[in-house]
Amino acid sequence: MADISFWPEPEKRPAIDTRAHYLDMTRKKRMYGGILLVVFVALMASGFRLAEMRNAGDFLAGLPMVYQFPAEVLSEAWAMRGNLPGLFLEFVPSLLETINIAGVATLIGALGAAFLALLSTRGLAPWPWALPLYRRTMDAFRAVPEIVVALVLIYIFGGGPVPAVIAIALHTCGALGKLFSEVAENADLKPVEGLASVGGTWPQRMWLGIIPQVAPNWLSYALLRFEINVRASAILGFVGSGGIGYDLKIAMQWGAGKYDQVVAIFLLLFLTIVAIDQLSGHYRDRLVKGAKP
Amino acid sequence: MLLDFRGVTRVFGERTAVSNVSFTVDGPCFIGILGRSGAGKSTLLRLMNRLTDATAGEVRFKGKDVLSLKGREKRDWQGQCAMIFQQFNLVPRLDVASNVLHGTLSRRSTLATMFSFWPNADIHRALDILDRLGIAEQAPKRAEALSGGQQQRVAIARALMQDPQIILADEPIASLDPMNAQVVMDTLRRIHEEDGRTVIANLHTLDTARRYCDRVIGMRDGRVVFDGTPEQLTTGAARDIYGADASFSEATTSTAIEAPDAEYAATMMA
Repeated sequence: MADISFWPEPEKRPAIDTRAHYLDMTRKKRMYGGILLVVFVALMASGFRLAEMRNAGDFLAGLPMVYQFPAEVLSEAWAMRGNLPGLFLEFVPSLLETINIAGVATLIGALGAAFLALLSTRGLAPWPWALPLYRRTMDAFRAVPEIVVALVLIYIFGGGPVPAVIAIALHTCGALGKLFSEVAENADLKPVEGLASVGGTWPQRMWLGIIPQVAPNWLSYALLRFEINVRASAILGFVGSGGIGYDLKIAMQWGAGKYDQVVAIFLLLFLTIVAIDQLSGHYRDRLVKGAKP
Repeated sequence: MLLDFRGVTRVFGERTAVSNVSFTVDGPCFIGILGRSGAGKSTLLRLMNRLTDATAGEVRFKGKDVLSLKGREKRDWQGQCAMIFQQFNLVPRLDVASNVLHGTLSRRSTLATMFSFWPNADIHRALDILDRLGIAEQAPKRAEALSGGQQQRVAIARALMQDPQIILADEPIASLDPMNAQVVMDTLRRIHEEDGRTVIANLHTLDTARRYCDRVIGMRDGRVVFDGTPEQLTTGAARDIYGADASFSEATTSTAIEAPDAEYAATMMA
């Protein structure tokens, strides 16, 4: 057994010119890379020409104007910068409403996502034959944009935060469900098997065997989703669900003269998202490494 | 009669992992199952614990077929038939005492376990069991912080928490160093002698089987090819079990330590 696992003496080895072989391989790789680059550039150029033809105006002619609107907004806001602290305070209540909508929607959506994820993960699902059913349900939740669901619900229930919560929760459920399921797929099944061997029920196995493993990643995805949902909730304000989006819409439609409000609202949204990002990092660390003594 | 295996068979696709296994166990004893990798030892234990379903056959425990149990009854049976795994199969992020308390899952409601409502009596019992196995001071630590040998003892504690009639051990010492392996095997033997529980262990070294078992069952390609006392387990019989030729030598795989080093053992136990 042992003697065949070693190479023969150097002069007895089969005559393969390794150097020439390797250089040949490198040359081939370079050529493929070059061809791919040429194809990519050609596709981009032709695609741009097509998009340009379909455009109402002229992209290149419009390019210098891109900076005009932000410049106008910023210069006006700078001129009225004394108003900003007051405006911050004025918009805080509607910001809170927006954050509340996002928070409730993320919580409900994440709970739904956790169930759907566990039901649709191979190896964990209690009914493996129903796996495609739960996956397609999540796809459907994800496929419909929040704003469409919100518009339909606002039409039925009238404007307000509840349609926005439902719309965002549905989308969150689909989006997080897929991510949660991918995390759960990588979870170690040994603890689950251990819990099965003592006679644990499916919920017990999931709660004690899977949730502690996936909690940090799930939390981090949920907080990222919360951040996205704050933005979504602000946008839904445009279609009449209240919150800071409604104020932004009024200020933007008013145009010149209220640009200080526009800037104040954008700054508030930016600060909120920075705060959520910091919080998410902090709590994720705590979950992974345990509380600091 | 305690256990009665009747024609137990398990087929995975084309492959027959366990083929028509029949034997009986009259009373509490320590049984070792030997065989090379893929001989069906693990599948046999998993069938008994109901982690895997059998294709055909019966396993009668005190006259009742356990392979046909479903739902509540199946979980009750799993509660009486504890299992110990090669890779311990603990929940790594939870503390040691919680892992031991998981032994009572089959008797607790889902809602109570979700909020960790363990009865105080159970918590005391879990700590007593840990104390008996010499790892009481590890109780508040996360299971993943323990060494392999300690984790396997936690797994044994979880099994004892179930207060089982039978303990199935699937290669309990295969991922442990010789000293820890001895501690774990001594523990299992002690549990059998002091509590009168039946232990069925998959082993893969002959000297372990000879030293600890009252009865040895040899499996090859899913079938029982040897069933006897450790004294009957000669080198010839072992060659049959492993399908080896005359070049087979026990010394190559043996991990026996001739004169146990008491001092080293004491440091490992600490």
